[in-house]
Amino acid sequence: MVKDLTVKLGDLTLNNPVIPASGTFGFGLEMQDEFDLNVLGGISLKGSTLEPRFGNPTPRIAECREGLINSVGLQNPGVDVLIAEKVPALRKVYKGCIIANISGFSVDEYVECCRRADACEGIDMLEVNISCPNVHGGGMAFGTDPKMAALITESIKKVTSKPVYIKLSPNVTDIVAMAKACEDAGADGLTLINTLLGMRIDIRRRKPIVANTMGGFSGPAIFPLALRMVYQVAHACKIPVIGCGGVATAEDVIEMMMAGATAVQVGAENLRNPYASKEIVEALPALMDKLGIDNLNNLSI
Amino acid sequence: MSKLAKGLFEIKGNQAVAPGCYLLSLEGDASAVAASGQFVQLALPGRYLRRPISICDYDARHLLLLYKVVGAGTDQLSEMKVGEQIEVISGLGNGFCPENTTQKALLVGGGMGVAPLYRLAKDLLAAGKAVHVILGFNTAAEVCLETEFKALGVDVTISTADGSKGVKGFVTDAIQTLPQDYDYFYTCGPMVMMKAVCQLCPTEGEASLEERMGCGFGICYGCTIKTAKGAKRVCADGPVFAKGDLLW
Repeated sequence: MVKDLTVKLGDLTLNNPVIPASGTFGFGLEMQDEFDLNVLGGISLKGSTLEPRFGNPTPRIAECREGLINSVGLQNPGVDVLIAEKVPALRKVYKGCIIANISGFSVDEYVECCRRADACEGIDMLEVNISCPNVHGGGMAFGTDPKMAALITESIKKVTSKPVYIKLSPNVTDIVAMAKACEDAGADGLTLINTLLGMRIDIRRRKPIVANTMGGFSGPAIFPLALRMVYQVAHACKIPVIGCGGVATAEDVIEMMMAGATAVQVGAENLRNPYASKEIVEALPALMDKLGIDNLNNLSI
Repeated sequence: MSKLAKGLFEIKGNQAVAPGCYLLSLEGDASAVAASGQFVQLALPGRYLRRPISICDYDARHLLLLYKVVGAGTDQLSEMKVGEQIEVISGLGNGFCPENTTQKALLVGGGMGVAPLYRLAKDLLAAGKAVHVILGFNTAAEVCLETEFKALGVDVTISTADGSKGVKGFVTDAIQTLPQDYDYFYTCGPMVMMKAVCQLCPTEGEASLEERMGCGFGICYGCTIKTAKGAKRVCADGPVFAKGDLLW
C-alpha cells in the first residue's frame, strides 16, 4: 500500500524525513545531475560563514572503523554567495526544504549571517551550527556553554522570521542542559548531533593523519551515541528534534524517529555512496510495511 | 559535470607486476568512464571509505587498474581473487585533454603515476599525435608497464633513482637527455616530481594530482587545494590541472 512519508517540522511539511546533513552533500547542486533531488525531504547545505573560508590544510580526511574523521574546517564561499548564487540555483531544481547551515566566530557574526540569510527567499530554515569541532575560536566553543548557546539563539531569533534550529555538539557533559537552554531562548527546533572530536595517528609516519591533528568523527560507529542523545533531548524538550549521527539505512531512520526525532539527517553515508539518501527514502515504504507502520507521526517510544 | 555510476564489477585478474604492485582487471558496466586520467572508487569489505584508483585502461565493459599496496586497504585488495565482486563508483574526475597536444606530447610518469598515462598514450596515438613516455621508478625491480607502452609503438625512456635500469636519476634527468621536440606535456606521480617536471618543461602541460579523499565525487570538500583559479576539489574539479593553475 501507499505509505505517507510526510513529516511536520513546526509549520514546515517535508515530503519525507530524510535530509542529507550539512557538509556531506555540498550545496546540493553538486549532485543535481546524478539523481532527481526532489526525492529528498530536505537538504542541509554546507556550513556557511560571513566571510569566505578556504578551510583547513589537507589531509582533511582519516578513515576509521565504521566511520571517518574530517577536518574540512568550514570551507565555503561566504553567506553572500550562498544567498545570491547557491540557494537560488538549487531552488530552480529542488522544491523540498532548503536548510541553510550557519556558522560563526562571534555572536555578531552569527547574527549578521542569519540576518542576511533571512532575506533569502529560497531558504526554508536556518540551522545554526554551534558545534563545529574544526575551527578555532568559535563553533564548538558556543556549543559547549548553555549560556552562550542561549545568547546566540535569542540574538538570532531577533533578526529572522525563519525557523531557527540549533545544531548541537555531542562534546558536552549534559546535552539536555544545552538543548533546554536553546529551547528556553526561543529555538524552533534542534538538530543533533554534530561530529565527535576525534583523532587518528599514522603509525608509520608517527604523525596525525589529518593535518589539523584532530577532526570530527562521524559514521555508523556514533549511531548509538547519537540515538541516546536524541532520545534524552526529545523527551526533555517540546520543540522538534532532527536526529543525526551515523544514520546509514532506512532502519536507522525509523530507529531515530522511535527515539523521538521528527526528521532525520544522513551524513557520512553520503560520502561513501552518493545515492545513500535517495536509497534510504526509497527503502522506507517497504520497511514501514514490514513493521506495520502507516505514517511517520508519533513513532516515539 | 560528470555522470557517475555505481555498480558491481567482477575481478578477472589481480596479478603482481612488480613487488607490491598489482594489475587489477575488472568486468562490469564501465560506460560512465569518459576519459583517460579519470579514476574509480572501490568499496572493500569492512573498509568505511572507498579506495580511489586511477584508470590505466578501459572499454565499455572493462577496467584495468594499477595499484600499489600502501596500507591495510590496498593489502586487502591484493588478496582478492578472480571471480570475487567489487562495488565500483565510476565516472569520477575530469581526465586528461589529449586535444591540447598539437603534434607531439611528452608523458612523464613516476611510480604508480605511470598508470593513467597508458590510456592517454593510446588516445594521443589514435588522434594522430606523436608520443614520448618517460617512466620513472626507484629501482629496476619496480619498473612496470614498460612492455605495454612499447607495444603501443611509442618511444619509451626509463629512469631509475638507483641507476639499475635506464637513465640514472629522476625523470627530470631523463627529460634533459631528450630533444625538446614536444609541444605539450602530461605528468602523473609524486607531487615533488610533478612540480619539478612543470618547472623544467618550457611548454604548457597538465598534471594529475593525488590527495586523500573522502567521497571522490565532490560533495565533502575533503581534498581541496589552492589554485590560481581559487579553491578546487582534486576529486571533482581535477584530478588533472593545467600547469598554470597549480600553485604547488
